[in-house]
Amino acid sequence: MTRRLAGIAIALAVLIGLVILYSSEFLTNAPAAVPASVQGGTAHLTLQTVPTYGHAPEPDWVSYLVQDPSGHWHHSTIFKLPAHSLVTVTLYQYDTSSGLRNPFLAQVRGTVDGTATLNGKPFSTASSDEASHTFTVPDLGLSVPLSGISSSAKNPCSAAPCPLSNDHNTITFSFRTPGPGTYRWQCFVPCAAAFIFGNGGPMQTIGWMSGELVVS
Amino acid sequence: MEATRIPEPSEPRHAIRIVGIWAGLTVICVPLVIFVLGPHIPPGHASQQSSDQHQINVVLTTLATPIVLMVWVYFGYAITVFRQAGETIVDGPPIDGNARIQLTWLSVTSAIVLGLAVYGTIDLFSASAAGAGGGQGPNPLAKPANVGSALEVQVIGQQWLWTFRYPGYGGVETATLALPVNREIAIHVTSLDVAHSFWAYELGVKADAIPGSDNVVYVKPEQIRSFQVRCAELCGLWHGHMNTTGRVLSQPDFGSWIAQQEQQYAAVTKQLPPYSHVYYPSPLRRAP
Repeated sequence: MTRRLAGIAIALAVLIGLVILYSSEFLTNAPAAVPASVQGGTAHLTLQTVPTYGHAPEPDWVSYLVQDPSGHWHHSTIFKLPAHSLVTVTLYQYDTSSGLRNPFLAQVRGTVDGTATLNGKPFSTASSDEASHTFTVPDLGLSVPLSGISSSAKNPCSAAPCPLSNDHNTITFSFRTPGPGTYRWQCFVPCAAAFIFGNGGPMQTIGWMSGELVVS
Repeated sequence: MEATRIPEPSEPRHAIRIVGIWAGLTVICVPLVIFVLGPHIPPGHASQQSSDQHQINVVLTTLATPIVLMVWVYFGYAITVFRQAGETIVDGPPIDGNARIQLTWLSVTSAIVLGLAVYGTIDLFSASAAGAGGGQGPNPLAKPANVGSALEVQVIGQQWLWTFRYPGYGGVETATLALPVNREIAIHVTSLDVAHSFWAYELGVKADAIPGSDNVVYVKPEQIRSFQVRCAELCGLWHGHMNTTGRVLSQPDFGSWIAQQEQQYAAVTKQLPPYSHVYYPSPLRRAP
């Protein structure tokens, strides 16, 4: 009887330990926060979107990447920004178009002058069908559609980080950060290939097509 | 020889004691619930519908107070007075049926439950409560009297954002929700992907947002104020962030606001699909 009770107690302890380990791993498994470079009171955030990450654990997933102040690319979607500051964003977009599920998000909102630039040309509304991704921060009212490259591009990128020699679009815009806080951002194009509704996988996992602005 | 009879100690009248304590506490607590707690019971008075729900919640809480007190008083009394002294456990006297108590108990509880059912059913179908029961599709059972002149506003849910469309103003879609005060509003709720639930609890409005479905709720805001909009259906990674702040504006302010929205979103409005109560958006699935 005593042995049986001891066995049950040991099995229970192991089970509880495994649950705690799994929960800890889940709760702490977030990508590292990458700071934007700051010069003269203005923060500069450089991002890229890639059609396929090209590496483990999910080489086929679409993803964002961020460049740190020293120029190295990181697979993270958590960005550190200074509060009450102007942020200029340069975004290299290597993916093809998927199209917006809600064409409302084809409008540029919340940038400093209500516009963004696509390969140097200002725009305030993109074509809904040509959107590949968006960079949207709902709590800040910020949303910028990112037009995709041609599906017949001759030199597409297949693994991150993508060099500028691959076909891409360059999108730039500026916005002002509010006070300190953590603000969710995400892509609103259902761009998760092979997932129903296009909203699974990388759209449901922090570190790929959504993340946080950590403003401090 | 005559047997000596030893008198048993007199048993206090427990029932009278319990009822007395209960009645005293009820006299104290019921007014406190009505006049002190009552005004703070949600959802408040931001709309005709929320006022109605507030009144129901106050009535239910008030009715529940004596019942809860009876349970607590009996427990407290039993634990205190009927505690077994000493180590010997002795069975209490057998309890015989008491027809009067059973009849009273059944009558009172039946009257309370059936009364509340009738009260709730009448209220559910009353014009003032129309709006609370979102989820009945495009033709809900309860409608306000002036439904024909209601302002139509569409709520569109998607992972993880609410947007709002005003078919009476060129079908403009906005990122924020504004409603005019003292006007009947017909809110049509739908979704572009998975199931969400539109919940503006201060307005007393809640309706599921289901793709391919048009759930209609009615609300008449009565206070100029802001209110929270939340998603009440677990809908994925950022479900907890799927909220926004809506505003109830005066009629002139609403007119100015909607005109400004029409101007701001004129370009993108041309790209929107024609206004419809449901949408079947594409792409449903992105090719690998």
